[in-house]
Amino acid sequence: MADAIARFVPDGSRVAMGTALEPLIPFAAGHEMIRQQRRDLELVGPISDALFDQLIGAGCVRRVTAAWVGNVSEGLGHCYRRACEQEVPHALEVHDHSNFSISLALWAAAWNVPSLPTRTLLGSDILRTNPNLSVGFGLVHVEAVRPDVAVIHAQRCDAMGRVHVWGPLGITEEAGLAAERVIVTCEELVDASVTLSDPNRILLPETKVVAVVHEPGGAHPSPVQGYFKRDHAFYRDFAEQSRTAEGFAAWLQRWVLDLPDRATYLSAAGVEQVRIRHHRYSAPADYGDE
Amino acid sequence: MNEAAYTAQDLMVAVASREIRDGDLVFVGMRLPILAYAAALETHAPNARGLFEVGLLRDRPADSFLGTMGDPPNVAGSLWATRMSNAMALLAQGRVDLGFIGGAEVDRFGNLNTSYVGDPAKPKVKLPGSGGGADIAILSRRWVTLMNHERRRLVDRVDFITSPGHGDGTPGWRERHGLLGGGPVAIITTLCVFRFPEGGGEAYVATVHAGHSVEEVRDQTGWPVTLAAQVEETAPPTEAELSAIRSRL
Repeated sequence: MADAIARFVPDGSRVAMGTALEPLIPFAAGHEMIRQQRRDLELVGPISDALFDQLIGAGCVRRVTAAWVGNVSEGLGHCYRRACEQEVPHALEVHDHSNFSISLALWAAAWNVPSLPTRTLLGSDILRTNPNLSVGFGLVHVEAVRPDVAVIHAQRCDAMGRVHVWGPLGITEEAGLAAERVIVTCEELVDASVTLSDPNRILLPETKVVAVVHEPGGAHPSPVQGYFKRDHAFYRDFAEQSRTAEGFAAWLQRWVLDLPDRATYLSAAGVEQVRIRHHRYSAPADYGDE
Repeated sequence: MNEAAYTAQDLMVAVASREIRDGDLVFVGMRLPILAYAAALETHAPNARGLFEVGLLRDRPADSFLGTMGDPPNVAGSLWATRMSNAMALLAQGRVDLGFIGGAEVDRFGNLNTSYVGDPAKPKVKLPGSGGGADIAILSRRWVTLMNHERRRLVDRVDFITSPGHGDGTPGWRERHGLLGGGPVAIITTLCVFRFPEGGGEAYVATVHAGHSVEEVRDQTGWPVTLAAQVEETAPPTEAELSAIRSRL
C-alpha cells in the first residue's frame, strides 16, 4: 500500500475515491495518504461517507469536487465544516455537484468530450457556485472531470488487475474509465482462473490498473458485500470525536498515525464483530462456447 | 384509538406512506421514508418498487436495520444491482413517480437547502451538499420532504436553493425553467402537513396533527402561513399502518 500511494498519488493529484457511495470505501488507502502527508489533493466523488472528512481534517486536501461530504448515518462532516467555515486546518475550495452531475462529469472524461448535457440542476443554485457547470440551449452542460487516479476497493482481484466487484456500483465504472490510472485494493487476491471464469464481472480493463494491493478489511468501517457489514458504531465514534479539532487530532493519532499497519488497525477496531458469516452465493454463469 | 397510542414520528411516516400509490416507482432514501415505504407495501401499495441511487431496485424493504442504503441487507434480495447512472436514467425519463428528500431548511415555496447557511463564499454553516437531492427534486414526477417543525428550518426564503421546489413561487416557475417533474407536493412536519397549489406556488397548511394548533404552526414557521379553506386534523395512523411501522422499528 505504501508503495502504491507513494508512486501513484503524488502531491497535487486529483483522486477519485468512494465511488460506490457507502460500500467499498478505500479507507486503508486514504489513511496511507494521510500517513505520507499528501498535500494539495483534489478529491472527487459522489457522496463521501467520512473518508473525505478525514483527509480534509488531516490537511491533505485543496479542493473537493463532490455531491455530498459528511457522515451518512451521523450527519454533518465536522472537519469539512471547519475547513469551509473557519479555514481550519486551511481553506478548502468546493466544486459542488449532485450525484447525477458528478457521474456525468466522469462519463464526459471517460468518453473524451468537453462536457455532457443534462436536465438535472436546472433551477439549482449549484449552478451559481460551480464554475464547471453552465446553461445553454435549455440544458446544463457538465464539464469533464478527469481524475489522475481512481482508488477502488473490491471483493477480489488478480495480479494482472482484473477486478471483480459486486453489489451496487455507484459511479465506479465512469471514475475508473475517466482516470489516468487505477489503484485496486482488495479483500482477496485470486488466481486469474477465478476472475477470467466470469469476465462480465470484471469492472474495468486491466490496462487501466497500475497497482493491486491485497488489503483485507481495507474498506472498514464501510461495508463490503459478502465480507463485512458497515460498522455503524465506528462511524458514530468518529462523528463524536471529530466535533472539535482537538478531538479529531486525537482520533487521527489513535487510528491512523500511531498504527504500524492495517492488521493492527483491524484488531484494534474489533473488526470480527462486523464480519459477514452467512454467505449467499450466486448461481454460476455458463460461458460454454462449443 | 387513543391519541397516546402513536408518536409524532409514527404519524409522519403514515402520512408519507399515503403519498405512495400502488405501482409507483419510488426514490426511497433512508430513515423515515424507508418506514413509509414499508407501511405502504403492507397496506395500500403492495406493488410499489423502491429505487436507490447507489444503484439498487427493490420490491420490499431490507430484512434488517440499515445505516445506509448501501448496507449489505439492502443488496441481498434486490431486483437489480447496478451503476448509479442507470438509476438516474429512469429518473431522467420521468419514470420515478415519487421521491423523498431530506433537508436542513425548506422555504415557503418548497425549495430545500442542504448546502450553505449564509454566504457560500464564507458560509456560517457548510452543510453536506446535494447528494441525489437536487436530481430527485428536478426530475421525479412529485416529491415530499419530512422535517422537524422548527422556525429555523421552515424559513421564508432559503439562503441557497440546493433542490428546487417551486422557485420564486410564481405560477409555472418550474416549467419556465425547464424542470421536468412537478415538484414538491407536501412538507410533512412534526406539527402539520403543508401542501401546494396545482402548478406550484406557496405552501399552505392543509392539516394539523392532533394535539397541535394552527397558532402553534404559525409560531414555529418563518413566514406568515396561509391556510387551506378548511384546515382539518391530520388523519391518525390506522391500526394496519401502525402495525406495519412498528414491525420495522
